[in-house]
Amino acid sequence: MQAAVGADLAQDSLLSVRSLKTQFPVDQGLVKAVDGASFEIRRGSTLCVVGESGCGKSVTARSILQIVDRPGRVVGGEMLFRRRLRNGSALTGEEEIVDLAKLDPKGAEIRDIRGRDIAMIFQEPMTSLSPVHTIGDQIVEAVHVHENLSKAEAKDRAVDVLQRVGVPKPKQRFDSYPFQLSGGLRQRAMIAMALVCNPVLLIADEPTTALDVTTQAQILELMHELQADYGMAIMFITHDLGVVAEMADDVVVMYLGLAVERGDVRSIFHNPQHPYTRALLRSIPKLGLGARTGPRTRLDTIRGMVPDPYNRPAGCPFHNRCDEFMPGTCDRIVPPPIQFGDRREVRCLLHGGAEEDTR
Amino acid sequence: MLRYIARRVLVMLPTLFLISLASFFIIQLPPGDFLTTYAAGMGAQDAIVAREHLAALEERYGLNQPFHVQYWQWISNIVCCGDFGQSFEWRRPVSSLIWDRLTLTMLLAVVSTLFMWFVAFLIGTYTAVRQYSIGDYFWTFVGFVGLAIPNFLLALVLMYISFRYFGQSVGGLFSPEYQNAPWSIGKLWDLFQHMWIPVIVIATAGAAGTIRIMRANLLDELHRPYTTTARAKGMQEWRLIAKYPVRLALNPFISTVGWTLPTLISGEIIVSVVLDLPTTGPLLLRALRSQDMYLAGSFILMLGVLTLIGTLLSDILLAWLDPRIQYDKVGSR
Repeated sequence: MQAAVGADLAQDSLLSVRSLKTQFPVDQGLVKAVDGASFEIRRGSTLCVVGESGCGKSVTARSILQIVDRPGRVVGGEMLFRRRLRNGSALTGEEEIVDLAKLDPKGAEIRDIRGRDIAMIFQEPMTSLSPVHTIGDQIVEAVHVHENLSKAEAKDRAVDVLQRVGVPKPKQRFDSYPFQLSGGLRQRAMIAMALVCNPVLLIADEPTTALDVTTQAQILELMHELQADYGMAIMFITHDLGVVAEMADDVVVMYLGLAVERGDVRSIFHNPQHPYTRALLRSIPKLGLGARTGPRTRLDTIRGMVPDPYNRPAGCPFHNRCDEFMPGTCDRIVPPPIQFGDRREVRCLLHGGAEEDTR
Repeated sequence: MLRYIARRVLVMLPTLFLISLASFFIIQLPPGDFLTTYAAGMGAQDAIVAREHLAALEERYGLNQPFHVQYWQWISNIVCCGDFGQSFEWRRPVSSLIWDRLTLTMLLAVVSTLFMWFVAFLIGTYTAVRQYSIGDYFWTFVGFVGLAIPNFLLALVLMYISFRYFGQSVGGLFSPEYQNAPWSIGKLWDLFQHMWIPVIVIATAGAAGTIRIMRANLLDELHRPYTTTARAKGMQEWRLIAKYPVRLALNPFISTVGWTLPTLISGEIIVSVVLDLPTTGPLLLRALRSQDMYLAGSFILMLGVLTLIGTLLSDILLAWLDPRIQYDKVGSR
């Protein structure tokens, strides 16, 4: 395999994204949707990617599968993925390391990985399923793309998975159209579609955003269970820090296409290092006794807006909204990644890196 | 579904009645009638004989009767015995005149419509998937040229080519030796050889518009999330485009079936005249000009019926293609 690379990947790491760059050359200019993001996903664990809208979370997820909408393209970086080797459709137990960034987005190799090794579920279960095909048809299709099963076998498999994701009467539901199902059931069908080939990595792009809170809780619970059952890793994209607290093992905080801070969920919540992470955490409404700091306190927000993607600020992308802005430094130098401790990394000049001067 | 169709057919009846009334009314609107034209043609040459002859004709066809009586005679004959009346000009029953030409018209129209759809479908899909590519611009240019060239001009050019380089007889659907011959393999082959000109002429005109419709529909569907979902499953690009966005882009295509049916009969009159095709178009044109009232009326009635049938057909097709459309379960889901 031309894309196979040397074993430059930690043993417990399933996917290592390094300095990923995804860009959209459009008429108004070049949009650098992802601009040097780095993070790791460990086997069987959950990585949550958080950030405001428009900071490149979804594009990062799509870049991994090389399904960024045109004219977007992965232009740089590495995405080292540990792929299970197969003999026919049986696993050999061996693995190889593939750089997904080097694969041709239309090639057979990445197509073989999509849906089989890495599956993805999307935000809007209504629009992400074809309205004129039954959910059964769409699930079975995923099986047929990757495995040589007869129609009946594929159907049995689909019904099993539907049952597993908690769809009642899966045999009847198999022939339902998406518009005949509730939002929660639709998202379950979508999850079934992603799981039908037993992926090692499930990418969930805000899977609960379009659902009401009760359904959201059920879906999160389901994903927890499924992760335990199938032993897969999950990359969970969300802007809901409550969901992060519930789901994550590791967290990546993204801002303007850059992973500004990453680490395990505890240290991110208890000891945030980047001013952006702190600001995000301050903007969560709190209930209960601890919240009574005054008779009426306003909820903190992050001032300003995510900058226009055509017009990225120089230096640290967050400097114009940062409370700890250091003039002459933050607006000049792009903060380098600073490691501290186990899997902990932050990109902020407060923690150093300013001495190394401009790049 | 059957209940829905039955209900729709029932509702069609009053509509049909109104159409027949309107068409009969319109036919009679121009001043004078066929006999006036006829008399003008005969001129003054023996005016007395003519006047008696005309009076007899008037009596026979009931032309001196009031409107509602004439209408009743016309429509009741159609409904009870399928008798569409007599054509004044041809002095033959209207039905025999129409059915003769109708088969060929239908054949020509169906072949050229299918050909047009096929071409437009392929080009439309290609230009949408490869939006703003050189191929897109090229085919768009070709489509617009097809739209811009008047049909009769294209017909004349193709006729010249077929005569000059293939040595075919000019115009018509048959060579002279087969014109009145009974049907045989040879005649069918002869028809085949003649048919490509009108098929190309009629198809190029329609294709340009249909290409644009297909392209626009498909462009809308290509960036829908379900396409990304299919891509994330690892499907091959062309296969997923054919299965998902193309399938959804077809709906507006199907809706147009409704209005293609009537143009099968009335459409392309000019092409038919230029190419001297034995189709219904030129016959309708002539009937209207000479105020051959029963012939023209029958045509117009038939166009109305075809429009209704076409609309019903496209509705049924749509319901069959798109599960979101449910006609017979109104309000219960």
